[in-house]
Amino acid sequence: MASKFRFGSNLYRCYSRLIAPSRLTKVNGGCHRYFSASASLKQNQAEAELVGHYPGHGRLEFTTNLDIIDPTLFKQIPVYQILDTNGNLIGDPSEVQLSEETLLKIYEKMLTLNQMDKILYESQRQGRISFYMTCYGEEATHFGTATALDFNDLVFAQYREAGVLMWRGFTLDNFMNQCYGNEYDEGKGRQMPVHYGSNRLNFVTISSPLGTQMPQASGAAYAMKMKGANNCVICYFGEGAASEGDAHAAFNFAATLDCPVIFFCRNNGYAISTPANEQYRGDGLVSRAPSYGMAALRVDGNDILAVHNATKKAREIAITKNRPVIVEAMTYRVGHHSTSDDSSAYRSAHELKYWKEVDSPINRLRAFLENKGLWNEEAETAAKKSIMKDIMAAFGRAEKAKKPPISDMFTDVYDEKPERLQKQYDELLEHIQKYPDQYPTGQFQS
Amino acid sequence: MFQKSFLLFLEINMNIASKLIRYSKNKNISSLIPRHASTFTYVPEAPPVAGETKKINFFQALTDAMDIAMGSDQSALIFGEDVHFGGVFRCTMGLADKYGKERVFNTPLCEQGIVGFGIGLATAGATAIAEVQFADYIFPAFDQIVNEAAKYRYRSGNLFDCGSLTIRSPCGAVGHGALYHSQSPEAYFAHTPGIKVVVPRGPSQAKGLLLASIRDKNPVVFLEPKILYRQAVEEVPTGDYELPLSKAEVVVPGSDVTIIAWGTQVQVVREVGQMAKEKFGVNCEIIDLRTILPWDEETVIDSVLKTGRLIIAHEAPLTGGFAGEIASTIQEKCFLNLEAPIQRVCGIDTPFPHVFEPFYLPDKFKCLEAVRKVIEF
Repeated sequence: MASKFRFGSNLYRCYSRLIAPSRLTKVNGGCHRYFSASASLKQNQAEAELVGHYPGHGRLEFTTNLDIIDPTLFKQIPVYQILDTNGNLIGDPSEVQLSEETLLKIYEKMLTLNQMDKILYESQRQGRISFYMTCYGEEATHFGTATALDFNDLVFAQYREAGVLMWRGFTLDNFMNQCYGNEYDEGKGRQMPVHYGSNRLNFVTISSPLGTQMPQASGAAYAMKMKGANNCVICYFGEGAASEGDAHAAFNFAATLDCPVIFFCRNNGYAISTPANEQYRGDGLVSRAPSYGMAALRVDGNDILAVHNATKKAREIAITKNRPVIVEAMTYRVGHHSTSDDSSAYRSAHELKYWKEVDSPINRLRAFLENKGLWNEEAETAAKKSIMKDIMAAFGRAEKAKKPPISDMFTDVYDEKPERLQKQYDELLEHIQKYPDQYPTGQFQS
Repeated sequence: MFQKSFLLFLEINMNIASKLIRYSKNKNISSLIPRHASTFTYVPEAPPVAGETKKINFFQALTDAMDIAMGSDQSALIFGEDVHFGGVFRCTMGLADKYGKERVFNTPLCEQGIVGFGIGLATAGATAIAEVQFADYIFPAFDQIVNEAAKYRYRSGNLFDCGSLTIRSPCGAVGHGALYHSQSPEAYFAHTPGIKVVVPRGPSQAKGLLLASIRDKNPVVFLEPKILYRQAVEEVPTGDYELPLSKAEVVVPGSDVTIIAWGTQVQVVREVGQMAKEKFGVNCEIIDLRTILPWDEETVIDSVLKTGRLIIAHEAPLTGGFAGEIASTIQEKCFLNLEAPIQRVCGIDTPFPHVFEPFYLPDKFKCLEAVRKVIEF
């Protein structure tokens, strides 16, 4: 992977072999004055070994050229791609590692995620759930990675990775129950919508603070290495979250402590309204990797085949070499940041139209499948109809269900409820009984 | 003997000096020489459990606890800045040799990384014993502790937790630590449901409480009063024992005034109890709170119902300090029994100063004055 970093400048020329001898002569000259011949020879060798050997970096070479490292001289890392935007295979056919059956399943899941996003987004607009975040435009990053991982690889996500969970078996009911915070939500209705999690599916529960999952992923990977499990950790994050201090901590810890973790960056161009060019000045995320001593690659995030291959390769490096790898997937956030955001306030309709219609991961996979005669308009209509039916059924079930019991507000703060918390529970129940009309107790399980 | 202890004394100061140099722009080492004698005398305690004992100090008791934890739990790991060579306070001496570099390891110099990494280890099933070199430097990890560690179990509906995480950190005054080698941050954490906060007062306590903290199924912030590391020496049980969390301890029984403290301050108020008896003929009941969160109301209430007077003393600043929480709870629960206003003898509402430390601390004379006040009220 390191060979990917071919910096196209003169910065990496070796000058120092020419000047090193003169430095050594100086050292020799100094020593002669104080030591006997044999002692000085030994001393000379010992000192010569230390020339240019800095504790901060091992042996370095010297230069007499005053070269300032100009970041613009570094060649930008290209984007690995197999399918073009029209779904034509441009890479070697042997690079298609996913079977036709799997690709069809992925396509169906992409449609499902897309339809679920539409229904839940609308339901938020109607005030039926409090909040939602869609995955529009980033579906290939989810399914491309999910299919390249082992089920026992642990996932740490940010919040826009629902497709990974869907691939692992999180059902429509699971998604809806969490968004409604109803009695069937395994998270017990405590977090905002889209903060999914499942220990059954090795998907660590999502939290809102950005970047916090990153050093945690490094730690979890270290634990896996120590256990001798032949598994890795994958940690998803956006290019905005990568500006957090925790991202720096995560990269550096993973590299110095040899952790088998894949840092998967969804570089979708925006962090809410902030375009990526206000987020960093380097060559995205991929260029940060060598500074941490990490392997890295950049991939077309809308090319399901490329994302799959990139993740598979990253996983192989992580597990066989116990090394962290950064995968930077270039994509575009087609939807608004969240239901609390109107993205037309900060980006053009023209730009959006391009990514929605021309460079779309779903359309691209569909074209690929259609070219191979595996899919057609008829299949599309039938699939969408069937998916919509399933979504509406799950939606109805989730909406009708009661909220969890009020006692669930008090448990799991600690493994056991402290006395003081038990007292607060008792006081609350007493208070509700006194003012029964002031609280929505009827909506909650008793 | 004198020379040896002086060398040890010098060594600890040099360790602090090396940290000071790393963290501050002021490289004036001469300013690190202590300017006044410590404000307490450590009184060795009887062992809290039966069995064989050996005479060791506070930091050795901690090493002993970690040694036992590492030996009895193959998934246990110790990590932080400079822990591999034994730690700047010698708390992890010999552990890397015994358990290997993979189980006792240095991390890059980054507190948010240390705690985040520890949470991840714990989430994936390891027992994580993280060290933050000084409690003053725990704040970069505040987000990971407060938003993440504390809320992990709750927010996931108990699908995930980081209960096997313990964060050890030296805290409290040390004579010359100034702003960033003296802080007592327990009250910041006391406002955070989901974590436990523990402060031991001596070697035997430290060992039992640390073992309990490491094995507790909740994330624990374990604050170690660094001035006790070498000063506190006593017979400590050699075996594997735990002391209960969320249980205060009546260290000295009394009938007239209740004094609550934790950490080094317990040693200060223990002496205050003796002075009060000698000067005023007053019997003070000294309580070591031990666990700040979740704290033991019952023991404190029982004591104040008996004595009718309460003094709470801590090194941290008065405003927003944990004494405020205790005081308001006690006035609520013991209103009819209180015979004087509750006194809080605390650090002053300033940053922790360098040369003014003797005036800043809630020393025995300030505490004794509080005893006089509650008696004469």
